[in-house]
Amino acid sequence: MQGYLTIEQVGKSFDTATGPFTALSNVSLAIQKGEFVSIIGHSGCGKSTLLNIVAGLSGPSTGAVLLDGQVVDEPGPDRAVVFQNHSLLPWLTAYANVRLAVDKVFGKTKSATERDAWTRHNLALVQMSHALDKKPDELSGGMRQRVGIARALAMQPKILLLDEPFGALDALTRAHLQDSVMDIHRETKSTAIMITHDVDEAVLLSDRIVMMTNGPSATIGEICEVRLDRPRRRLEVSDTAEYARCRKQVLRFLYERHAHNKAA
Amino acid sequence: MTTILRDVERKPRLKPWLASLKLLEKMRNAAAVLLPPLITIGFLLLLWQLLCGHEGASLPPPSRVLKDTWGLIRDPFFDNGGTDVGLFWQILASLKRVGIGFSLAAVSGIALGVLIGQSTFAYRGLDPLFQVLRTVPPLAWLPISLAAFKDSGPSAIFVIFITAIWPIILNTAVGVRQIPEDYRNIARVLRLNGFEYFFKIVLPASVPYMFTGLRIGVGLSWLAIVAAEMLVGGVGIGFFIWDGWNSSLLSEIILALIYVGIIGFLLDRVIGFVGRLIAGRPI
Repeated sequence: MQGYLTIEQVGKSFDTATGPFTALSNVSLAIQKGEFVSIIGHSGCGKSTLLNIVAGLSGPSTGAVLLDGQVVDEPGPDRAVVFQNHSLLPWLTAYANVRLAVDKVFGKTKSATERDAWTRHNLALVQMSHALDKKPDELSGGMRQRVGIARALAMQPKILLLDEPFGALDALTRAHLQDSVMDIHRETKSTAIMITHDVDEAVLLSDRIVMMTNGPSATIGEICEVRLDRPRRRLEVSDTAEYARCRKQVLRFLYERHAHNKAA
Repeated sequence: MTTILRDVERKPRLKPWLASLKLLEKMRNAAAVLLPPLITIGFLLLLWQLLCGHEGASLPPPSRVLKDTWGLIRDPFFDNGGTDVGLFWQILASLKRVGIGFSLAAVSGIALGVLIGQSTFAYRGLDPLFQVLRTVPPLAWLPISLAAFKDSGPSAIFVIFITAIWPIILNTAVGVRQIPEDYRNIARVLRLNGFEYFFKIVLPASVPYMFTGLRIGVGLSWLAIVAAEMLVGGVGIGFFIWDGWNSSLLSEIILALIYVGIIGFLLDRVIGFVGRLIAGRPI
């Protein structure tokens, strides 16, 4: 199976004090261009490990990841990551945080004026034009995450990797940001992988939901196709039969077939 | 019509009243901050006066100190040649020594700190050495440096240098080591090269730690300069105090102590201010 992004038989084991620990084994997945895929599973199932391998931040023990025909073996701006805790540099303003990425990626291909405009454009996409000169400390959690998303988008990545991007946010802010991400996904036609543990979030945003079994040796358990038309409006969509079907399928998987360890 | 007119009339009358109310509140806030220290200082001066005010007391009371040193306070700029110069020149001479010694310590301390923060090999090799050397009291270095430099000037500066450098090295190293994994990941995703990584991530991320080290360092060097100058002599606030002791001018010593305290406090604040300016955030 070939895709724009191909994850081929990927496994990952770590050496621990008590011997080798296999976090992932035999993960294979093909993602088409423009697709929005969520990876859902209980904590400790290796979703973040998988995302780090796609990002190139850590290498797979077995198998390989191919993006647009090229093997992923190191991190790069073509696979921009939105980290869970935004990881903006606290000594730089919102603008400067995005500009750093823009300068690095387009330093040779765009003029300074173009890079300035591109930085502003991406901050406008996430509705942060009003806070260009604010430092991360002066921004709310949701705004920081918006800037983090702008920084990732500004790299014009082939694929956007979102590592529980809304995990640390309150429910209202989370809903706003989910809407923004859907709008941006539609406008930029970006390909994206999102790690989440929120079932509604996965159904609302994704074209496909990849469900991971519990570790050790976690792998893909089921894949649910979400056949809902875009643009999706949260209130209208949530009443449809398709939404209910997807939600039920994911919940069944998570809480009946792969319930988390009884101890947890 | 009439209501509008009345409003226009009323406004100018209302404003000065409001303004004076605000002024009153500002004065009250200022008083709330200034009064407590003034009261404690006044109380301590009174206590001191009561304890030392009688005939035959071993230390002069504040009134005596003020009377004896009024000449020094009023004219800090006189210059009668030799070591007989005003307090401004004495303090300036000490500040110069601290300035040179501390600057050298800052540059080499930050460089060494970044080195042992970045490289595990350097950390393992140097850290034990630093941990032992930093406990050596500043003045214990003086005989060695006198022997090495054969001159009192550079020796005093060396003592400042060796006193200030340890906290700068150790704090900088901690600052470099604590850089969050996320920042490293950002650097890797953006493919920053070593040079960019150092100037765009490592330096700004560890600036608050560096300045903690620099603040401790400048405090320690100001502590050490007084002791070092007592031994090496020449113009300087340390020798001024020692000279005062030899001439039984206790009032002058007390005045010098007050000046030393105030300058030390200001040095700390200046470094803190520069740190905030450079880091662009509170440190």
